[in-house]
Amino acid sequence: MSSNQKMTAGAAWLFKMAWRDFKASAGKLSLFMVSIVLGVAAIVSIQSFGETLKDNIALQSKALMGADYKIDSDNALTEDALQIVDSLGGADAEEISFASMALFPKNGATKLLQVRGISEGFPFYGEIETQPENAGRNYAKRNGALVDATVMLQLGIEVGDTVKIGEARLPVVGELKNLPGSNAVFSAIAPPVVIPYSYVEQTGLVQLGSRIDYEYYFKAPQADMQLLEDRIGDRLDAAEADLDTHTSTSDRLGRRYENFGKFLNLVGFVALLLGCVGIASATTIYIREKLRSVAVLKCLGATRKQAFLIYLIQIAAIGLLGGILGTAIGLLLQQLFPVLLEGLLPVDVKITWSAPVIAMGIFIGMFMSVLFALYPLLSTLYVSPLQTLRFTEDAGSQSRSTAILVSGIILLFIFLFSLWLLGDWKYALAFLGGIVVTFSILAGIARLFMRVLRRYFPTSWSFTSRQSLRNLFRPRNQTVVLILAIGVGSFLISTLYFTKDMLLAQANLDSSAQQANMILLDVQRDQMPLVAQTLRANNLTPLDEVPIVTMRVHSINGRDVADIKTDTTTQISRWILNHEFRTTYRDSLIGSESLKEGSFTPRIEDGTEPVPVSVSDNFAQDAVVAIGDRVTFNVQGRLLETTIGSIRLVDWSRLQLNFSVVFPAGVLEQAPQFGVITTQVPNSEVSAAIQRILVKDYANVSILDLRQVLNVIEDLLTKISYIINFMAFFSILIGIIVLLGAVRTSKHQRIRESVLLRTMGAKSKQILRIQGLEYLYLGLLGALSGILLSLIGSLLLAYFAFDTTFIPSWVPFGILLPGITLLVVIIGLANSRSVIGSSPLEVLRKEAR
Amino acid sequence: MPFILEISNLEKSYTSGSKKLKVLEDINFSITENETFAIVGPSGSGKTTLLGLCAGLDRPDSGSVILNGTELSSLSEDERAMLRNRDVGFVFQDFQLLPTLTALENVAVPLELQGDRQATKKAEALLQKVGLGDRGDHYPTQLSGGEQQRVALARAFANDPKILFADEPTGNLDAETGEKVVDLLFELNKERGTTLVLVTHDMELARKTQNILTIRGGKIANLTSAAV
Repeated sequence: MSSNQKMTAGAAWLFKMAWRDFKASAGKLSLFMVSIVLGVAAIVSIQSFGETLKDNIALQSKALMGADYKIDSDNALTEDALQIVDSLGGADAEEISFASMALFPKNGATKLLQVRGISEGFPFYGEIETQPENAGRNYAKRNGALVDATVMLQLGIEVGDTVKIGEARLPVVGELKNLPGSNAVFSAIAPPVVIPYSYVEQTGLVQLGSRIDYEYYFKAPQADMQLLEDRIGDRLDAAEADLDTHTSTSDRLGRRYENFGKFLNLVGFVALLLGCVGIASATTIYIREKLRSVAVLKCLGATRKQAFLIYLIQIAAIGLLGGILGTAIGLLLQQLFPVLLEGLLPVDVKITWSAPVIAMGIFIGMFMSVLFALYPLLSTLYVSPLQTLRFTEDAGSQSRSTAILVSGIILLFIFLFSLWLLGDWKYALAFLGGIVVTFSILAGIARLFMRVLRRYFPTSWSFTSRQSLRNLFRPRNQTVVLILAIGVGSFLISTLYFTKDMLLAQANLDSSAQQANMILLDVQRDQMPLVAQTLRANNLTPLDEVPIVTMRVHSINGRDVADIKTDTTTQISRWILNHEFRTTYRDSLIGSESLKEGSFTPRIEDGTEPVPVSVSDNFAQDAVVAIGDRVTFNVQGRLLETTIGSIRLVDWSRLQLNFSVVFPAGVLEQAPQFGVITTQVPNSEVSAAIQRILVKDYANVSILDLRQVLNVIEDLLTKISYIINFMAFFSILIGIIVLLGAVRTSKHQRIRESVLLRTMGAKSKQILRIQGLEYLYLGLLGALSGILLSLIGSLLLAYFAFDTTFIPSWVPFGILLPGITLLVVIIGLANSRSVIGSSPLEVLRKEAR
Repeated sequence: MPFILEISNLEKSYTSGSKKLKVLEDINFSITENETFAIVGPSGSGKTTLLGLCAGLDRPDSGSVILNGTELSSLSEDERAMLRNRDVGFVFQDFQLLPTLTALENVAVPLELQGDRQATKKAEALLQKVGLGDRGDHYPTQLSGGEQQRVALARAFANDPKILFADEPTGNLDAETGEKVVDLLFELNKERGTTLVLVTHDMELARKTQNILTIRGGKIANLTSAAV
């Protein structure tokens, strides 16, 4: 090479060429742009909202708890625990809370409420929000109660009315709107009522069997929470109490929402991936159209790298722009989330913008664009300048190894990104597997379909039917891309439907005759026959009368719980060591149980030790015990030796009374106990009536109407499904964009063919029929494959993971299938309009431009 | 006169399915600087393949192509691209303008590739020369066939090539337009002292060159001096 003329066309020229080329073909890349914008908006909105929520929870952590930290226990504090409280300077406020029926004498209405007896001064942060406003501050002085605002509305109670809780009567001095430490979901089942601490005793409800929480609140703004946790955490544990700091509470709360957020993130990520299918198909066509230009450029002396970079710059720039736009839209969209999730969020959300999320959105936009455009882009490297003289079909064909390499990078990226979203490599791998399997099956169906068509081509069909089928496997067909786009879209949407079915099936009460739908809790032993008698007197049948004996684990295989607690290497779960177990005794298994190992002992003679007990499989797993192992229980002061006689599988999801530990009959009959009675009520009137009667005579009995609980769950699911549908909406939108893109890419070829047919005398109707049928086949096959795939997936998931079966909605088949097919046909036919309306020559001239 | 292009023992074959198809065999000739040279022959005789090899667009199976003193087979793909940018101009049967670039931008590309800061100015002058000074802003689709080929001519001469290859330059034009384009081609060629290698099956056009190489069935059938 002579040195007088060096190649000096630098980066500036590449950008100039990229800009020139882009300017003239911008329209062709608009769909590409929309794909990336929607994909990024989906993932950014959910990510950003997650960050916002986390920030808000952290910021409001003290107000959420109302204190800096608290010490709590489900029993009155032990001596040791009280000593620790004293050593901390004593609690600044105390609370005793328990669930109880409340009666409103004004109209006789009753309701299960969470009674919170709170001493003066609490909360130290935030406030009890009430109507009238000052009621939250002076209810104690006025010796009044604050009742949940929704309950007051439902039961027609007003400020000034009286509430009766146990033996205590208090005037209602305010509607309770918000209270630190209340859990949104639990509040829906047992809404809160606040009473002065001094009235707890008066209720007469603090007695054996009642599930009572004792809380000691501390105000210590200067204290280091971590230090405190290190200092007294274990000691409190040993003293059977727990330390909860405002930071750990908000962390826990944050994590709970994070899990849901992760699921939504995945839905958003799938939308983004679908967008990437759009990117890949749009660039494939775009670059294919550019290959001749690449050959000319090379002919004129451009190097391979220069030609490659001109197009890479275009794709990266559009990706960057798409990323910025998508991020902006995502940030705006996140404002909708608090509206969609109304009532489910623990804090008032102030939308914040997180810099990492913004950076992520922009980066993802650009990176995904380049990544998914890489394979078609690389083909520019392989174009020979000879293409200017002799155009061949296999222009720019590249080696198999390039394809494998690019696919490898894509898979690696999907894995890393989902790892980042989920934070667990096993889940990330499972997600990647799911994606690969779904995409492969759909692509496989498309390929198989084409092969079968070719082999068993229906030669006897009419010309139009044959032609429409032939279009599906012609060279450069879009069959695989279209079926992938339609299939993945349908798969996603129908999976959302089936998942909802599955969740509802899990929660749904069997409406068969003998299914209990009302549970009476905390019935004292001597009340059992009387309550049952009351039910019968009101034409209700007591279905189960279940005795409950509370106890704690004392030792496992000879090792004391205290000893195990100090062992940092133990595999035994903490809850096994700390939990107060509510156990029962009976002589048979019930419907929600099945025997997994060992044999169930129905009855033994009193005094036989060790007692063969039956434990649930999760107990066995968490306590690390097997058949024959020894567990000693502390039954309210008395130690009882047992061996694991059998392990049961328990379907916890059924709304039924299930137990971790079941004793044989004949041992615990004399132990201190209380009971649970279940019954079935035919309707809400009867339910209200019997509740009134029972509350009057047995103030300590709590009544849970499962139909109300079910309503709460359904309400919850509906709210959650709003936001899931919202995310699915992105997928549908992107699916349509991909569809449009795929249809449009083959437009020129189709128009040319249609014009040729037209020239040879084909009627408009025939041309429309050919194209309409082709899109009909594509739409039907794509949507049906997607829906069936999702159905099979959901059924397998239900069977293996949830151990249930469900009846799938008809919506995916009845609405989705015809809807999507129709959409495909409409989009497809809209493209042929120009052919039908004008003369062949006119069309050809227009196409040439 | 020194040779600008020396071809010796050139062979090229393509595989079509499982068959190996010999397209060129035992080709030897050379072209001196400033010469005008035509390669003629019936369709499928191997003319275009030969042109591609001469211009370094393709690699031969054996034999050598020495272009302006450089043995092409010793160069990489990119080095050959640079050589083309420096020394070679092209005119194609189907014009091969870049559809997304305006006429002016198309002409400027070879100069821009060299990093020439005067690229646009020079391109404007060339467009003026081919009579399209006022059409610089137009895209190829907005120009007629004859106009497109004139833009292509301007582009071919933009980098002041030592040798210009023209593949059926009038193949896609009507007789009248074709004639005008050919006149312009020879005029520019003469003015700039470029070597011209023309591939055509139009004998009338071929006769306008100094030497005619006839190819038949991939072999040289005849090499004659046409014009005197």
